[in-house]
Amino acid sequence: MLKIEGLNLKIGEKLIINNISFEVSDGEIFGILGTNGAGKSSLSYALMGSAGYKPDAGKIIFNGMDITQKSMDERARLGITLAWQEPARFEGLSILDYVLLGSAQKGHTLAEAYLEQMRLVPSEYRSRQADKTLSGGERKKVELASVLAMKPKLAILDEPDSGVDMLSQEAVIHLIREIKGYGGSVILITHDEEVVKISDRAALMCSGLAFKIGSPAEIIDYYKEHCKPCPTKHYPSQEDRR
Amino acid sequence: MSDFTRDYQMMLEAYQKADGNPAVFSDSKIAHLVIHKNQVIGSHLVPGLEVLPRETPEGIDLSIKVLPKTKIEYPVHLCFGVLPKEGLQVINLEAEIGEESQIILLAHCIFPNAIKVRHLMQAKILVKKKGYYSYNEVHFHGEDGGVEVVPKAKITLEEGALLETNFQLTKGRVGTLDIDYEVEAGKNSVVEMTAKAYGYGNDKIRIKEKCILRGEASRGIIKSRVAVKEEAESEVVSELSAYGPHSRGHVDCVEIIQEKGKARAVPIVEVFHESAKVTHEAAIGSVDKTQLETLMSRGLKQSEAIDLIIKGMLR
Repeated sequence: MLKIEGLNLKIGEKLIINNISFEVSDGEIFGILGTNGAGKSSLSYALMGSAGYKPDAGKIIFNGMDITQKSMDERARLGITLAWQEPARFEGLSILDYVLLGSAQKGHTLAEAYLEQMRLVPSEYRSRQADKTLSGGERKKVELASVLAMKPKLAILDEPDSGVDMLSQEAVIHLIREIKGYGGSVILITHDEEVVKISDRAALMCSGLAFKIGSPAEIIDYYKEHCKPCPTKHYPSQEDRR
Repeated sequence: MSDFTRDYQMMLEAYQKADGNPAVFSDSKIAHLVIHKNQVIGSHLVPGLEVLPRETPEGIDLSIKVLPKTKIEYPVHLCFGVLPKEGLQVINLEAEIGEESQIILLAHCIFPNAIKVRHLMQAKILVKKKGYYSYNEVHFHGEDGGVEVVPKAKITLEEGALLETNFQLTKGRVGTLDIDYEVEAGKNSVVEMTAKAYGYGNDKIRIKEKCILRGEASRGIIKSRVAVKEEAESEVVSELSAYGPHSRGHVDCVEIIQEKGKARAVPIVEVFHESAKVTHEAAIGSVDKTQLETLMSRGLKQSEAIDLIIKGMLR
């Protein structure tokens, strides 16, 4: 499905992503755990093809195709999408239309079903816009409903649980499992070790390095032991990286 | 068919093209007024609404009065237009909204064939105590850009009155637009002014909206949304002055430019009482990158995403 080879990204003089390589298989949930500033969101933007996050070196291979130079919309049309950590607001764009932006199927009934899946009461959102009148949590759920509606082959979810109420956390987990259920892959970016438990495999990210890849349990144990006492200040040593 | 009937039919056809519903002109519950150049070519009134039009060589003097404690239930439709390629239309409007009365005006200004048309509006409006006045002006222009639209209004709100103005020029070429609205708000009154315009070619857009929060606890918001592309230019001057104790105001301006468009925003906020507060936000420049990329991450091409963002903003 996805193969990342030696990806490097510099912003200004700062190395944000440092020689990252990993693979994600079809139907796999791949967690990326790390503290704030580790480079997780930058990695997600680079994978999605965001302007300003073009890799300086390395390759992104998706289903056998080198997509490193492809634009964001071209990647999206190949089946990759990103649930933004802080999704943009839009004046004059209805929530129901927003949900189905990337969906091959149209119809407000369908959009409402996706909202309901994210524990939003559709009748409350029928005439509303995806604008700044939505709370952070509401906007986030609309974003996730939109990702689900697209039925992506690869969903990059950047902190999908942040800002979402406790009762809806289950809906987020359900969404991730649903994508896996139809054979789609998920890159799950989080700083919460509880969330990463849903992953099949996970990587630990620190200072731009994805330096440990393993089972979620292994990664969580390492994270608890090494990262929490020293968030982001500790650059992984050669020993750490083994 | 007489010239009069033909003009009326053509105005209604143009009105329909501008997304208006011509059925409103045959509904007895809905008041309307159709003015072509300097002639009233259709009108219907409802109880509590007095309209006195007086034709002048270059337009119409129009007096609108809503009697006290009268609620005009359905929006009143005004249709102003000049159908030929050239012409001048001067509207002098004087309106008084009685105490505890309410009216919603929907004005459609139609200049579909304009090559050299001037539409000048001078309005003086008084909204009396606890009155409600909503003025919504939508323009429909052709693609030649030969229209000069100059609406000017001075509006006074008495205690507890509510004013809403919505100006929209997003269909067809703007030509030259020069809006100048000034509102003086009394105690506990509320002002909401919104202007939206989309300029291209060599269109020139100037929007000046001024709100003086004179009365105690008066509130006002000035919102403008403008997009310009090709060689069009825009300038938005939003002025909010708070004199009244506990008065509150906000200026919200977004201007998007593409290609060789030029945009200028001048927010002027002033406070003259220690308990008053005025805020402003202005975003001016190209399309917001986060918005653009959010849409592109759903598969929209860049041009489609820009179009959707601008259309949404101007909706």
